[in-house]
Amino acid sequence: MFLSLADTPVGQERHVESLSATGIMRRRLLDLGFVPGAPVSVVRKAPLGDPTAYLIRGAIIALRKEEAAFIQVK
Amino acid sequence: MGLSHRSTGVTVFKEEGAKRRGTDYIVALAGNPNTGKSTVFNALTGLNQHTGNWPGKTVLRAEGYYKHQGQEYLLIDLPGTYSLFANSVEEQVARDFICFGNYQVIIVVVDATCLERNLNLALQVLEMTSKVVICVNLLDEAKRKGIKIDLSALSEELGVPVVGTNAREGVGLEQLKTAVKKVASGSIAAEPRKITYDLEIESAISDLLTKIETNSFTHINPRWLALRLLEGEDLLQLGKEAKNPVVTEHNKTKVALLEG
Repeated sequence: MFLSLADTPVGQERHVESLSATGIMRRRLLDLGFVPGAPVSVVRKAPLGDPTAYLIRGAIIALRKEEAAFIQVK
Repeated sequence: MGLSHRSTGVTVFKEEGAKRRGTDYIVALAGNPNTGKSTVFNALTGLNQHTGNWPGKTVLRAEGYYKHQGQEYLLIDLPGTYSLFANSVEEQVARDFICFGNYQVIIVVVDATCLERNLNLALQVLEMTSKVVICVNLLDEAKRKGIKIDLSALSEELGVPVVGTNAREGVGLEQLKTAVKKVASGSIAAEPRKITYDLEIESAISDLLTKIETNSFTHINPRWLALRLLEGEDLLQLGKEAKNPVVTEHNKTKVALLEG
């Protein structure tokens, strides 16, 4: 059972293990670079806690908590 | 105008723009958002541009002209997209144009500071057509970040011309126009790098190819079409437009793959 990216604290780096999303959301996450094996780090959270900025494949992407929850990491 | 039979569908791409002349080369401009695509567009067309909407959609469409060595080029600015897999209306518009549009060259603008990510779209385009020029833009930004791009190595890897630009300062635009001319006139025979998938997928593709090639999708890359069908993409609209039995084959193949 893997933790999700949503549960990863700020400043930590992980690797994408899998995506539990399906359909359009899955495709969008894949297109943004969240493919298995990709390194991702948690850069910072927005003032109200959501969304969170992630560094993936050389770019900073903001994901909401429910989107990041679809990404399993280790 | 509202949606009408004439304003949607494949036929719309056969009749575009009021200023079309038979001898113009048509150039599509694609790329991720924030790659300086608009800067490239503006730098090439100057004030010779016109903005409207894609027919039946709320997505902006800009087209403009430039002249190069006596030849007129019509440049069509496609919506910035990360991918052609139609996650949104913009991506659908871009995908439909790249797939069905009548153009001689497509320029894919990529961000030199973020090359890996930008190559997602570039490779998708290369799977569709070989009439590609890659424009590596934002070279000044890359230099500031200490990133150096080996353009000729990239060109060799991808099998298509690669031009480096700093569109904001006007650097590289002449080389870009020259590359476009070479691809449009056919004096460069591009051999885009072919992406091969694993054995199971490749054999499914071969099966589908035999069926696709006996049907009438004349200007769609058959391999690309096979891949889209295997993914289960909803191409029913495509099937209806061309009155084509490939869609039924798609369902059979999908079932076979799921069961096998």
